[in-house]
Formats: sequence, C-alpha cells, structure tokens
Amino acid sequence: MGDLSAAFALALDLVLSGDPALWEVVALSLRVSLTATALACLFGIPIGAALAVGRFPGRGAVLVLVNACMGLPPVVVGLLVYLHLSRAGPLGFLGLLYTPTAMIAAQCILIAPIVIALSRQVLEDLHAEYDAQFRSLGLGRAAVVWALIVDGRHALATVALAGFGRAVAEVGAVMIVGGNIDHLTRVMTTAIALETSRGELALALALGVVLMALALGVNAAAQGARLAGARHAAV
Amino acid sequence: MTARGWMAAIVLLAAPPASAERIVVQSTTSTAHSGLYDHVLPRFERATGIDVAVVAVGTGQAIRNARNCDGDVLIVHAEAEEEAFVAAGYGIERHDLMANDFVLIGPAADPAGVAGLPIADAMTRIAEARAVFVSRGDDSGTHRAERRLWARAGVDAAAASGAWYRESGSGMGATLNVAVGMDGYALTDRATWATFANRGDHAIVVQGDPSLFNQYGIVAVSPQVCPDGNADDAATFVEWMLGLDGQAAIGSYVVEGQVLFHPNGQADAMPMRSRPTR
Amino acid sequence: MRPSEGAIPLLQARALRLERGAAVPVNGVDLTLPGGGVTALMGPNGAGKSMLLHLLHGLIPPTDGHVLWRGRPLDRLGRRAQAMVFQSPVLLRRSVAANVDFALRSRGVRDAGLRDGLLERVGLAGLGRRPARALSGGEAQRLALARALAVAPDLLLLDEATGRLDPASVAMIEAVLIAERAQGTTILMVTHDVAQARRLADSIVVMDAGRIVGDGPARRFLDAGPRAVPPPETGMRRR
Repeated sequence: MGDLSAAFALALDLVLSGDPALWEVVALSLRVSLTATALACLFGIPIGAALAVGRFPGRGAVLVLVNACMGLPPVVVGLLVYLHLSRAGPLGFLGLLYTPTAMIAAQCILIAPIVIALSRQVLEDLHAEYDAQFRSLGLGRAAVVWALIVDGRHALATVALAGFGRAVAEVGAVMIVGGNIDHLTRVMTTAIALETSRGELALALALGVVLMALALGVNAAAQGARLAGARHAAV
Repeated sequence: MTARGWMAAIVLLAAPPASAERIVVQSTTSTAHSGLYDHVLPRFERATGIDVAVVAVGTGQAIRNARNCDGDVLIVHAEAEEEAFVAAGYGIERHDLMANDFVLIGPAADPAGVAGLPIADAMTRIAEARAVFVSRGDDSGTHRAERRLWARAGVDAAAASGAWYRESGSGMGATLNVAVGMDGYALTDRATWATFANRGDHAIVVQGDPSLFNQYGIVAVSPQVCPDGNADDAATFVEWMLGLDGQAAIGSYVVEGQVLFHPNGQADAMPMRSRPTR
Repeated sequence: MRPSEGAIPLLQARALRLERGAAVPVNGVDLTLPGGGVTALMGPNGAGKSMLLHLLHGLIPPTDGHVLWRGRPLDRLGRRAQAMVFQSPVLLRRSVAANVDFALRSRGVRDAGLRDGLLERVGLAGLGRRPARALSGGEAQRLALARALAVAPDLLLLDEATGRLDPASVAMIEAVLIAERAQGTTILMVTHDVAQARRLADSIVVMDAGRIVGDGPARRFLDAGPRAVPPPETGMRRR
C-alpha cells in the first residue's frame, strides 16, 4: 500500500530531521503518560495488593466495579475531569484546565482501574502461593502487602506497561482536558487527530509510526531493566 | 534513587509549570486547522509578550466552554449565538473580526448535477437526487449555517438522516474525510478546504453565493462573570486583533495564492476595557 | 531435661477435630508436648499427620477442639514462637540471603552476620547472592530450614521436610536438628523414615485415620525394629 510506505518514509524523515516540534510533542507525550503511569501505580498497586489480601464484605462488588472501570471510555474520563477542572467546576480555582497536569490527572484516572485490577489478579495468585509461609512467619497485613509487591515486581512491571500503553495511546481524554494547544498540551495522539482532520493522512500515519516506536522503546527499556535486574540477582 | 526521591520526582513532573501570563482562546477548528493562528499569534506574542493558547473545538462547544469560564476570548462564527452570549452577560461585547465564505464541495462526477448553481437550488437538487451529503452534525458554526441553507431551500434534510443525509458528528476535517470516502457532498468553510490535503477527486462545486458568507466574530469573556480569567490580557488581545496590526496579519495569511480570511474588524469599534477591581 | 509435673506444657491439643467436607482428616486428637526433645509423628499416608501439624501451628482453624500454647489459646503471637518447614519449600523470588533476611526482619532483626551464620549452618555459605528459586531441591529445603531457624523458634515443626532430598542434604539437615535439640528447641517432625526417627527422635507419636493410635519413648517403638510401626490395617491401640 502506497500510503503506508509513504508514511514509514515520512516517519523516518521526521525522526532523522530532528524536527524540534516533533520532539516537543514526543517529550510531552512521554512526560504526561509516564507520570500518569507512575502515579497510578503509586496508588493502584497498594490498593490492588490490599484487595488481593483483604477479605471484607462487599469485596466482590468492589472487584466487579474495578474490572468494569477498566473499560472506561477515555472521552468519558476526559469529560469528568473537565467538569471538575473547569473554572465553573469544583476544582476550577486550581486553574489546571488545559495544562499537562490536567492531562496527567485524566490519564491517571483512566488507567488506575487497569493497574488496580491487574495487580490484584497478579498478587492474589502470588498470595495463594505464599499465604501459608507468611502466616507461619506471623506477618502482619502491611508486611504481607509489601512482600507481595516486592516479589511480584516483574509481573507488576508488566501491569505498569499495560497501563502506560493505554495512557500513551488514548486521545479522547487529553483532547478534552488538554485542548491540544500547540507547544503546551499537544501530544502524539492529539497531533495525530489534528493531522487526520487536516487531511494530512500520511503525516498522521507517520506520527502513528513514531508513537508505536515510542511505545516499543519504553517496553524495550523496561525489558532491559528487568534482564539487568535478573542478572544482578544472579551474580 | 530512594522511594522518597521517586515520589518527589513524580510530584515534580505532575506539578503545573510556573506559567507566564497567558490567555485561552476558545475557537473553531476551521480557524485553527487552517493554520491562521500559527501565522497571526507569533506576531501578537512578540508585540505584547502575552502567550495565547488556542483550544480548537466546534462553535457550540467553544461557547459552552467559555460559559464555564474556560476561555478568555471567543473567536467563532455564529453571530446570533455570539450576541446571545453577550446578552446573557458572559461576554463584554461582540465584534466582527474577519470573514470568508462557505463552499459546497462534491465529487468530480457531480452526481446531482449542481455545479455552478445557486446554493439553494443546489441543495434542493441534492435532496431530490438523494445524493450523499455529509453534515457536521455537531452544532458547530458550519453546521448551523448548513441548517439555515437547508431551511432556505425548503428541504427537511434531518428527516433523511441515515439515508442520503449523513451526520458525521465530528470536526470539519473529519467530516471532509468522510465526504471524500463516501463520494458525498459537504459544506465547508473555504479556509479548511484550501488547507485540506486529502481531497481525493473532490472539488468545489458551488461558491460565491451571497448566502454562503461566513462571518467570524470575537468576544472577550466578561470578568464580571469569570473573575478568575485573564481579562486584562484578553482585552489587549481583542484590541490588537481588531487594530491595524492584527487585521494586517489576518489579511496576509495566504495559502495557494488565496487569502483565507478577509479582515473586516471595525477599527472604530474598539472594545471597552473592563478592568476587574483589584 | 523434662520439666517437672507442675510446669505448663509447651503445646497441648485438646479433642482436636478437622472436617473437610465428608472427610475427617483429624478426628479427636489429644496431644501434649511438654517441651524439649524431638518427637517424630509417624503413620501411613492419609493418616492426618500433615493436617495435624497445620492445626498445631494455627495455619488452619480446627472444626472442634483447641490448641493451647504455653497453656493459653494459640494466637498469632504464639505462632510467632513457632516455625514450620513445609514439605515443599515456598521461597521468595529473591536472593538466598534476602530470604533469610526476610525472616530475620519479621522479628525486627537486621544482622548480616547472623544471616551468614545461619546460611553456613545449613551448608549454603557463599550462595547468598544466588536467586533462591534457582537452588536445587535439597538446597532449597536447607534454605527453608535456615529461614525457620532465623525466627529462633521455641517449637520447630517439620512436615516431611527431608522426604525427597538427596542424602547429603538429609544428613546436613539432621545435623542441624540435633544441634537445635541440644540448644533446647522442641522439635515435632512428620517422617516416614524409620531410620531417621531412630537417629533423631526421643519420642514417637503414631497416627492412623485421623487418630493417635500410639505414642511413647522412641526406644520402645524402634528397638523392636521397623515392624513396631504398625501398618494401617492393624492399627494400634492407644494406651
């Protein structure tokens, strides 16, 4: 397909030419989505671990709710965050609408259910394996949660990557709360949407290729870190 | 890095930047996507040191966002709604800023045979031929203009929604992509069409009809309603856009040999500066 | 060695019963460990030995009856004075040293010297930085023993801990157990190996079909040779 090869050529050209506008957008994409992922993990993994270990009334309902929220449409999350951050909204006084912070908040909310639900699953399996040993040691709840997180770190890294993948690929939420403002809140996905609506399909596709390369790079870096970690532990 | 170091780094990354003075302009996709602001705004920013952030959405959405005080200035093209916005106290005053015209685009084969007709006849003919027409369907300025044209032609196009009348519910560019893909007709502003790259074999089939006139207005959001806005800089921006420099900047934006937006701001109708009490 | 008659026993089980569906793996067990020495819990497969060990350690709640630790109902604090080595060791996905550190830290101890000493006792000196999951079966079980000793237990429970290990590992573990016994640790071990019981045990408890069918000094059972441990079909009357 001619369009596709043209897009790849254009993508290569964009990257090699070191177009500062491209790097600005790439850097903001990385900053927003990586920060959102880090925040979602900071809160989501302990919550997921608590759900994996804890037994309380209504736990089943909470799990169903969290699992359902994995399918939250980005546009809906964007709207919810917009309604809160709008000057007319309850958090309007913060003046965060149309800033990267608002985009980070939206993506964080978007992927938190994914991080919670997947880490709950991963850590529950691990907990089933460790439970007798941990109770034999007489560990408290917090010590169990922390040990599960430490020992589940490789699986949790994959969970984080899943969250990052969803964050960096979504357009609906950042479009609404970021506004796709040039030099301020324009990220890869909103730039792709913009070029598509300009009819610049090859350029849009080229940006898509760059975005995929970006996701590939982050995943490769994570894999590399994991291998290095494994080698370190093996020494 | 320690756990505390990581936390600090994350918080730092998530924190909003200590921002320079900026204003938010709620505007239409047609003005933003055609590249007008990329041409005009750097001159304003150089002249005043004020940063301008443009949020490009449909006119209806732009007005709703401005009502929520999420913009300092409104640049849209739906005069009646702009006046209503001002009348309701959200805006200080509405001014004509610039104008261009809508054009009807269609496939080269022109299945409804409308090329060169007056716009009302052309739309009647499209309805009779049940030729595919792709509408914005998103309450934008262009969508409102299109509905006015259908009404004037005496056609109830909405009744044919889903048949030959297709509402894309998206922005101008996305709608043009659909029209090209479906071999359909569509109404668009001239600027978006002139800068649209995915035209396929589509071309302008109707243009120049007086009722295709497309007026853009500019309104500063009222600091009485939105005290947290940047009213001072917004007033500076509106003054500049309506003044000689702004109007010259708009008129000098040329794509493929044609001026996309004709400045028609009235220099004698300078906005009243409305300062919030400090 | 034995405490006087009036002293409170280390561990007592009273009318302990465990139901699992229709099965009753533990069916009315009374057992007293006064403290000190090695007790071997023996009996055929399915006799309920492992379940009894889990009950005594408080890992599963009994359907009926109760366990007393130093005369009081067994709780988490009581369990923290015990340690258990499982049939298949569950090691953390960390280094060998970190596995021992983990157990030490569960008791608020950070002491690399103590940890290295424990690893040396079980023959794992120098393997501290290896991933625990990469150890052989015998090494893994020795690490599990080191981890159990790290909490300095008053009672050490072993659930067929040497059942499937290489002879060198079995010998090493037995040497550690003898040393522990000498230091006053009470040991209760499930084993199928009569020779091992003869080497280690001071007393024997025999289970069959969820009940204790015999107990007494090891000498009495074992001097008569392996046949003294009854096959399941004959059973053995409680004294």
